[in-house]
Amino acid sequence: MKAIESFEVPAPPKVNYINAQYGLKSWLLTKDHKRIALLYLGSITFFFFIGGIYALMIRLELLTPQGDFLQSTTYNKVFTQHGIIMIFFFLIPSIPATLGNFLVPMMIGAKDLAFPRINLLSWYIYLLGGVITIYALLAGGVDTGWTFYTPYSTTFSNSYVVATGLGIFINGFSSILTGLNFIVTIHTMRAPGMTWFRMPLFLWSHYATSLIMILGTPVVAITILLLAFERLAQVGIFNPALGGDPVLFQHLFWFYSHPAVYIMILPSMGVISELIANFSRKNIFGYSFVAFSSLAIAVFGFLVWGHHLFVTTQSVYAGMIFSFLSFAVAIPSAIKVFNWTATLYKSSISYDTPMLYALGFIGLFTVGGMTGLFLASLGTDVHLSDTYFVVAHFHYIMVGGALMGYLGGLHYWWPKITGRMYPEGWGRFAALVIYVGFNLTFLPQFVAGYLGMPRRYHAYPPEFQVFNVLSTAGASILGLGMLVPAIYFVWSMRYGRHAEANPWHLPGLEWRTQSPPPTENFEVTPVVTWDAYEFAPREETEVVGKFGPEIERV
Amino acid sequence: MSEHIVPVRVYITIFLVLLVGTALTVAAAFIDFRLPYINTVVALTIATIKATFVVLYFMHVRYSSRLIWVIMAAALFWMAILFAFTFSDYLTRDWISIQR
Amino acid sequence: MSSHAATEDIHGHRALQHHFENMEQQREAGTLGMWIFLVTEIMFFGGMFLAYALYRTLYPAAFASASNHLDITLGAVNTGVLILSSFTMALAVYFTQIGNRRPQVICLLLTLVLGLTFLGIKAVEYHDKYEDRLIPGNLIPGHSFDPVIQKEGEPVDHHKLHLLPGATKEKVELFYWIYFAMTGMHALHMIIGAGLLTFLLIFSLKGRFDPEYHSPVEVIGLYWHFVDIVWIFLFPLLYLLGRHYH
Repeated sequence: MKAIESFEVPAPPKVNYINAQYGLKSWLLTKDHKRIALLYLGSITFFFFIGGIYALMIRLELLTPQGDFLQSTTYNKVFTQHGIIMIFFFLIPSIPATLGNFLVPMMIGAKDLAFPRINLLSWYIYLLGGVITIYALLAGGVDTGWTFYTPYSTTFSNSYVVATGLGIFINGFSSILTGLNFIVTIHTMRAPGMTWFRMPLFLWSHYATSLIMILGTPVVAITILLLAFERLAQVGIFNPALGGDPVLFQHLFWFYSHPAVYIMILPSMGVISELIANFSRKNIFGYSFVAFSSLAIAVFGFLVWGHHLFVTTQSVYAGMIFSFLSFAVAIPSAIKVFNWTATLYKSSISYDTPMLYALGFIGLFTVGGMTGLFLASLGTDVHLSDTYFVVAHFHYIMVGGALMGYLGGLHYWWPKITGRMYPEGWGRFAALVIYVGFNLTFLPQFVAGYLGMPRRYHAYPPEFQVFNVLSTAGASILGLGMLVPAIYFVWSMRYGRHAEANPWHLPGLEWRTQSPPPTENFEVTPVVTWDAYEFAPREETEVVGKFGPEIERV
Repeated sequence: MSEHIVPVRVYITIFLVLLVGTALTVAAAFIDFRLPYINTVVALTIATIKATFVVLYFMHVRYSSRLIWVIMAAALFWMAILFAFTFSDYLTRDWISIQR
Repeated sequence: MSSHAATEDIHGHRALQHHFENMEQQREAGTLGMWIFLVTEIMFFGGMFLAYALYRTLYPAAFASASNHLDITLGAVNTGVLILSSFTMALAVYFTQIGNRRPQVICLLLTLVLGLTFLGIKAVEYHDKYEDRLIPGNLIPGHSFDPVIQKEGEPVDHHKLHLLPGATKEKVELFYWIYFAMTGMHALHMIIGAGLLTFLLIFSLKGRFDPEYHSPVEVIGLYWHFVDIVWIFLFPLLYLLGRHYH
């Protein structure tokens, strides 16, 4: 009867990682990977809102063709800082530092990451980098573009290049330590029976991401350091007036920054693999293909950075090699999309909020990825480089891809992390609003860019205004849409329905412990005898074979 | 304890090899090989051999799991990528001339 | 081994951290962690090696001139000092592995002293560069790059810079910038290494390490050897490649 159906089960008074210890010190000096994940969640959300405010300022300025809202120098600082905050302080740490930190030990059946104190240190380093960068922003900002191209950044810019560079440099170590922790944990701390090919694909993608963090971040670290010293001492390895080559800076910078975009998308792809398989109640199609494609993206991603230098004095021959490889790197991503689609085929899909984000991801990431091919092709890149086409391309992947995966994952694992459910109706509503707002924001930018509107300009010819107005309208909807989860997530922590251990009824290891988990994750170290996405029951079934009935063991 | 303990005489041998290598490389620097890049090749070869001995014996990679070996090889391979692709730009810039 | 009873209880070795199953797993994780960190260091220095390799290819005359001006004796001595310190470090690990505390402490101390010797000799070299006005740019305000060029026919003065044909002062300044960046970064890593060795010494004296638990000694040993390897490459590249320039 209705009254009994709506009766809510109160939460049993169990000790979990949240209530195990109270007090600020127990949080700020914690070694528990789950608490550290929450610390990161708070800080990353903070930086996301700052980056969002800069985005709002950009879109307000671009409503009209004249530069009337901001001065050109201020506008330069606004788009620079939007990029720096969003890339280094939001996107790169987002999934690995929050969902990764929380789930990697749980998914392999371990009590914690290999180096819990280094995990905590990585958060403090992230904060230190963030504080220094915010200081630089408040003191006057930086106007070089997030790419810091020389010799403008070393010689001519009158902004806080060194301070910002220092903040980013320090932040890089946070990234390196997180990646290091994940690699060592996955190699040495898997529970008995958890072979590599029984691991959820979330772990494969985080492993691949960690490889990129380890191999790429140090190069941008030394590059920023050299840039800072060049600016301070006026020496010349990047300055043509002193015998240097600005393109060398670009080579060193993009050697990291291209793989960095794979740092931003691979964890999201790992989340999507989890969401697609679990919310269609079907084993992922082509598990090993998806697993190896993550590694392939990590490796191939290091071979394509020259496509950012097509319109520089880079040799055309090198350009041809980079162009070919840039086409090749699309293949593993496409393999993933095909496998996800094949998983969905003839499956039992439930359209919960996380699944809505996953489905949105597949479409939006495909658009973003395919528009990348126009940029990978030498001829068309000359036309499209430094236009809004590029801006739309990477926002489709970063927001339509990475952010959707992040939101989907947050919703999916929210009951595990907090022990509470978010309101499903509002969740679906927000997902749809975000999807519509996103497309309205960035689809017109493809057209505007193709028609020639340059990026990083605060004023533009009037024929582009209609696209900009549509884009700003979309951005407003997108912004409002993203406020909705912000509000109901906070609301749910106090008033949300209590979640049981396995609210979605799924086979993953993280669902076999209470919600929220105890500090040690599992009461007893699990012994794993099942595959990652085993939905079919393990029993003998009678199958009619070629020569008569046979028993097939599933 | 499954650790492998390297005997002291191995360390002494490697140490002497490294000293000899250093002396060799200094001596080779003063030899005129006619072609200037031969000096570079000789010096880098000796340096690589010295580094290999340090890695294999002082850093115990000779007695470690395959994973450690793969990690070392991967780092060198990635350095090679950085060098090879960047140099592929600089060395081929003159191959094509802009028609004026 | 007699240390067994004193260091173990029902929870395992006193140094076993709670999230590891046993000391073997902990040791494996620690070693793997240091190797991964060394990978990041290789890529970190790699960027500077690339810049050096590139400009050496583009400006061979200037780089040879600048390289010839470096003191090959001091450089070679420093190489020997570092190799010896790697040897004593390896011995320190060995003695820790077999539980022989006194030689272990002595070897750690020797390694530290040799490292500081290296830094001392480096300081002498840096001072010479300062005297000869070879510090690039405005790294030291008021004391910019301004070496005296050796002119033809003058008696050979080792403080003056001899420019090979095709070399310019500007390109030589590029060499010195890379020289200071690379050796400076290397020296910074040595200083950090010296700090780590001091910690190791203190803990060794307190008897913290035994054959069951000596991961920190091993792992810091790996770091120290790596810093040695960087110098093994820096020395020929910076000091030796210009002696026969045509």
